[in-house]
Amino acid sequence: MTVNLLLLITACYTFFPLVWTVFAALKSAGAVQTGDVLSLRHFNVVANVRLLWTFQGGVYERWFLNSILYAGVGAGLGALICVAAGYAFDKYDFRGKDQLFGLVLLGVLVPAAATTLPLYLLASKVGLVNTYWAVLIPSLVNPFGVYLARVFSAGYVPNEVLEAARADGAGELRMFLRLSLPMLRSGYTTILLFHFSTIWNGFFLALVMLTDQRLFPVSLGIYELNSSLSSEGPALLPVVMLGSLISILPLLVIFISLQRFWKAGLTAGSVK
Amino acid sequence: MLSKSRGAVPRRGTRTGPVAGRNRRGTGAALVLMAPFFVLFALATLAPIGYAIYLSLFAQRASGLGFGGTRTVWVGLDNYVRVLTDGGYTSSYLHIAVYALVAVPLVLGLSVAVALLLDSAYAFGRRAAQLGLFVPHLVPGVIAALLWAYLYTPQVSPVVSALNRLSVHVNLLGHTFSYPTLVNVVLWESLGYNIVIYYASLQAIPREMTEAAVVDGSGEWRTAWHIKLPLIRSAVALTAIFSAIGAMQLFAEPLLLSDAGAVGITPTWTPNLYAYSAAFTRSNNYGVAAAAALLLAAFAAVLSFLVSRWAKPWQQT
Repeated sequence: MTVNLLLLITACYTFFPLVWTVFAALKSAGAVQTGDVLSLRHFNVVANVRLLWTFQGGVYERWFLNSILYAGVGAGLGALICVAAGYAFDKYDFRGKDQLFGLVLLGVLVPAAATTLPLYLLASKVGLVNTYWAVLIPSLVNPFGVYLARVFSAGYVPNEVLEAARADGAGELRMFLRLSLPMLRSGYTTILLFHFSTIWNGFFLALVMLTDQRLFPVSLGIYELNSSLSSEGPALLPVVMLGSLISILPLLVIFISLQRFWKAGLTAGSVK
Repeated sequence: MLSKSRGAVPRRGTRTGPVAGRNRRGTGAALVLMAPFFVLFALATLAPIGYAIYLSLFAQRASGLGFGGTRTVWVGLDNYVRVLTDGGYTSSYLHIAVYALVAVPLVLGLSVAVALLLDSAYAFGRRAAQLGLFVPHLVPGVIAALLWAYLYTPQVSPVVSALNRLSVHVNLLGHTFSYPTLVNVVLWESLGYNIVIYYASLQAIPREMTEAAVVDGSGEWRTAWHIKLPLIRSAVALTAIFSAIGAMQLFAEPLLLSDAGAVGITPTWTPNLYAYSAAFTRSNNYGVAAAAALLLAAFAAVLSFLVSRWAKPWQQT
């Protein structure tokens, strides 16, 4: 069948680099260097794992935990901020609302990368460069999340429920926390998921802001390590390969277990 | 009307429609809910842009005696002139323009094609296929570029050695392959992401519409082209915008390929790389870097605004 043959070719194209990486991560540096990757010889699993975990006093583990900190706190808190703002845009009417939402859309349109360098210039002025804050604070901002939250709020929080609560004399903020937030839980999860993967995959912000390698997220750590191979020699190549492979796993696990949320998020912006 | 006031705070004003009207209580709550976002937005987006505008109007000049520090002088728009007349900067835009003209239609076209295949009646294992094809999107861009850079490197790469065995001798890191190698990395990263979006839109099409077309004697091809494709237009438009914005901020992929020895991709190959190297590797010239970054931000905002105006993906029906 032509259809399934073409799909198979697409699958091969998708998985070939990943399969290659799995093999390369488990082999000796010499085997990778000479192109002897896709065979069943020269496996060096135990030594590679030990090298990765002991390299420079366990700095890889530190990078990994940093990434979890940046992505976990950044997305956990950032998504909540988005939901609050998106909900307010959906449920309240006030002067200047359209202009304010225009500002949010402008934030979607201006690429984050183009404002990262100005952000560095400002951060170096106020002395925040090379701190956790330099990466964490900008990571909280996600204008597209506000847009999504507005769409979710319109879909999941019926106005009648709010009216009824208001009639019972509930405060507006209490209503948000007790009533609307639980209804927006799946929307929050979706925004959090995408926010998390954006921060986890991020590289430019950390590259610009950080010089202390103990603060690096895993993507920057592997990049710096890979760049040093040309001068240091290929002995650490397995660290780069195995480190790359392990850096993919958290997102893979999260996305597989939360499938229905990310599909909802992908389509909320386009189908609705 | 439910405006019967209870509790300590009497309700002022009237509500119009289902949302809380312009009453002070509602406005106050809206402000409180929005404050965290807008404070952070101001700190992390607006303030840096403002500061960059300020910096871009100054330059560091060596002080008169020739040694011992620099002083900051007002130069007006000189930094902008300097950047815009620098062949390195203008050609970086040419690079992303050529890249976008190749990559966006190719990536979107292939994604649509595969999504239509998945949606066709003959496809097996749709759920697994979707999930599998999505995996590259979960790989950090810098790691994806790093992996592909190894797959382009002679001796290391099984692709190159396989081609060599077929007596095809190519240098994937040579000038000829600058664009193809770069486009390939981005294609690999974004194919599955787009497919999942398109497939979801295709699934949202009412079955009666496609069935009616089939009953009328329309084949799979005609149905796909005339019925399904026009109906996923807004999804395609949205991904086109994201791809175009992505093209403009291209950074990690060309950086990695350049590091891996791709001779055609210089360290100032894209506007972002240019601004980065102006700030860090070439000259520590923050005025020039700020001007370069601001021009890129303005250019990107205007372009994506025009595209979104044209495609209207924000419109909800």
